[in-house]
Amino acid sequence: MASKIKPAELLARTDHRPPRTGWMDTPVVIREGMYCYASNPKSVEYVGLPNARAWNPLEDDWKLPENWQEILHEGFKERLERFRTFKVFMDICVRCGACADKCHFFLGTGDPKNMPVLRAELLRSVYRKDFTAAGRIMSSLFGKHISGARELTMDVLKEWWYYFFQCTECRRCSVFCPYGIDTAEITIMGRELLNLIGLNIDWIATPAANCYRTGNHLGIQPHAYKDMLDFFVSDIEEFTGVTIDPPQLNKKGADILFITPSGDVFADPGTYTCMGYMMLFDYLKKVYGLDVTWSTYASEGGNFGFFTSHETMKRLNAKMYAEARRLGVKWILGGECGHMWRVIHQYMDTMNGPADFLQEPVSPITGTRFENAKSTKMVHIAEFTADLIKHGKLKLDPSRNDKIRLTYHDSCNPSRGMGLLDEPRYVIKNVCNHFYEMPPNTIREQTFCCGSGAGLNAGEDMELRMSGGLPRANAVKYVHEKYGVNTLGCICAIDRAVLPALMDYWVPGVGVAGLHELVANALVFPEEEGPREMNLRGEPLGAEEDADEE
Amino acid sequence: MNVNYLFSLATVVVLIVLTWIGVDTLGLKGFFGIIIPYAAVVLFIVGVTRKVLNWANSAVPFRIPTTCGQQKSLPWIQQDKIDNPSTTIGVVIRMLFEVLTFRSLFRNTKAKFKENYRLSYRWEIVLWATALAFHYAFAVVLLRHMRFFFEPVPLVIRLLENADSFFRLEFFSPYFAVGLPGVYMSGLVLLGALLVLLGRRIFLPQIKYISLASDYFPLFLIIGIAATGILMRYFAKVDILAIKAFAMGLLTFNPAVPENVGTLFYVHLLLVSALVAYFPYSKLMHAGGIFLSPTRNLANTTRAKRHVNPWNYTVHTHTYEEYEEEFREKMREAGLPLEKE
Ligand code: SF4
Ligand code: SF4
Repeated sequence: MASKIKPAELLARTDHRPPRTGWMDTPVVIREGMYCYASNPKSVEYVGLPNARAWNPLEDDWKLPENWQEILHEGFKERLERFRTFKVFMDICVRCGACADKCHFFLGTGDPKNMPVLRAELLRSVYRKDFTAAGRIMSSLFGKHISGARELTMDVLKEWWYYFFQCTECRRCSVFCPYGIDTAEITIMGRELLNLIGLNIDWIATPAANCYRTGNHLGIQPHAYKDMLDFFVSDIEEFTGVTIDPPQLNKKGADILFITPSGDVFADPGTYTCMGYMMLFDYLKKVYGLDVTWSTYASEGGNFGFFTSHETMKRLNAKMYAEARRLGVKWILGGECGHMWRVIHQYMDTMNGPADFLQEPVSPITGTRFENAKSTKMVHIAEFTADLIKHGKLKLDPSRNDKIRLTYHDSCNPSRGMGLLDEPRYVIKNVCNHFYEMPPNTIREQTFCCGSGAGLNAGEDMELRMSGGLPRANAVKYVHEKYGVNTLGCICAIDRAVLPALMDYWVPGVGVAGLHELVANALVFPEEEGPREMNLRGEPLGAEEDADEE
Repeated sequence: MNVNYLFSLATVVVLIVLTWIGVDTLGLKGFFGIIIPYAAVVLFIVGVTRKVLNWANSAVPFRIPTTCGQQKSLPWIQQDKIDNPSTTIGVVIRMLFEVLTFRSLFRNTKAKFKENYRLSYRWEIVLWATALAFHYAFAVVLLRHMRFFFEPVPLVIRLLENADSFFRLEFFSPYFAVGLPGVYMSGLVLLGALLVLLGRRIFLPQIKYISLASDYFPLFLIIGIAATGILMRYFAKVDILAIKAFAMGLLTFNPAVPENVGTLFYVHLLLVSALVAYFPYSKLMHAGGIFLSPTRNLANTTRAKRHVNPWNYTVHTHTYEEYEEEFREKMREAGLPLEKE
């Protein structure tokens, strides 16, 4: 799976000096390892997106509709009216450069078009020409270099496609911009435009189609979903000695509907986090009578529509409320996922609300009202668990995680889209004795992206991913060397899927774990007899192996 | 050679030369002294109004603030009320900090590879300090100029002037005319900050790479304004009273060109007019845009309060019925509950 390029080679060619030629004169070269394959026409068709066809980014002919420029122009215009962000961000950038070296893709590749400001200029240059009088006049008088306004040519379009799929929409750049210009928002618009003429990538199109049909991005059908959860029940018993009931599925009248990204159900090490949720819910059921159901229909928290268009996002997101209504639950609890939470927090209620058929979320165990989720009726599991711990409702033995020397990766979306920073840290400190923060410029709202978000976690763009993940890995490496950190905690399923490869590449010896895997390992069940011998991964517990790790 | 800054510099020089010829050789004092300033103000008002209305006409469908601190959640978790506001007051404070202290820019860091390709981040304060110095100096200069438009000069303006010239740079004094009312700090700070900002664009490779002609042009223009202003004040002894009479004439729509003020004054006036006219059609509108930036001016309450999208429309979704229709057999075999048996 790893990139063909050795880490040393990759570093050696990461040069932050811009090339001699100006950016408008530097044509895009679509390079192997830096892009994702074009979408499979079947998937594009399935979700009703335009211009489904087989195409190859490396070929000259992208098989676009005859009037592609017109479609894009109209699409651009429509979006300027629909989104004030877009219009304002097109107008007010002063090119101060504060965002330039904040993007992990620029830091890792040195490609100046990965500076957020230039990524936005790719669209802005066309905006000036097509939508501003000053830009039009100046460019006809003095040309594109002076005016900064250029025609939308095929080369420009290729540039759009290449660089809008080299942005993980992580919003780090936005934190530093004096006007809050959010290049993620610009990328979202850019990708929407590209989708209008069928320029998608398959790692987004096919998962989106799968989510639409089966409810989850891997295309897992209901019976298989159930099998998988049942299988975890026996794993848990085997490794921890704790017997839990299989989770309830599609159960009408349960108190709470739980939705998590399907990555947790089907890929290591997300699966351990999934077992963690199951153990926690079983514990809460046995001790406090909590009634949680999972759903096979709404079996994906992650929303690949978010990387496609606002409309596709809305279509996929609709399942959550629809299922909550059908099952008649009181409110919804959401698992550990990054962009799923950005969508839930910032878009769901607006797109698919009001959720007036649900009740204001109250923890049935502690009685806490989750006032911050009063309207959406959806609570993050880190908030839920932190509250349980604060009220002393969980019996925890953090020493069971003593083998773990943990650092915590703030996943971009929860941190920069919600501000979910201290809840997971509170949980961590209660379930884990050895916790070390990475340097301040790399955590909390300044956290670095894993480099593979927003649908870029394909196998074929591994070089891009390893470059983009470099700043994250560098910070982990620091605490790895300084404190012997051996585990990177996170609350995002994409992180769990992609960080292991990143760690193997840059910081071998560091594993990846979700928050609730650590919670479950520390959780002492009432009927549990004697000390636990293994963790959820089937590895022996205990600190005696510390020496090997350091 | 960079065509972008040469072009911008050349444009400013051409503006200066044209004024010189127009006023000195052709004697078009009325044109440069009255028509152009009025035209510039009209362009400014029309342009700014149109731009702001144009922005305001676009919807804000989703509430998407960038959260730069802890959210409001459980009562025992300390919220970052400024960087992640949940109330209007919080938003106002966030915006005030943003506008008055450039808070986001204050966070700026510089990333660099150190030995062994270890990335390190250094706090980078130069841009923040220069930008802040520039804007405040400009504001003070602007306010000081109000003395030309009022008779008597309001107390605040006089106090500001006193404060501005309070820190006399005595070591300059031998070079200036005797009896000078002290050196205004604001003018020097303004010019200094402009030169640093220009220097960044010319000498920092990355900043140079992203700079367009429209980034250099306002810098040269304002440098020209500051330089001509300083020249007039300290070297070319301009008749202040004549200028004041002229300014009040413009303000009261009773314009008359001033006598004995020299061409330098007209150059200064033209450059100011150019800046005023250019403002709404350029990136200088960031001054207005920052107030409308949805990532900063909204409270982070999207889960607590419903926010309505004005153009929301229904979409076709994959319903549970369709889903069960497709997978009913498999669901039954797996023992999953069904709506229709
Ligand atoms: S920080 Fe903001 S204003 Fe400065 S270059 Fe980046 S996007 Fe433009
Ligand atoms: S959103 Fe993230 S990936 Fe995209 S330009 Fe900004 S920092 Fe880079």
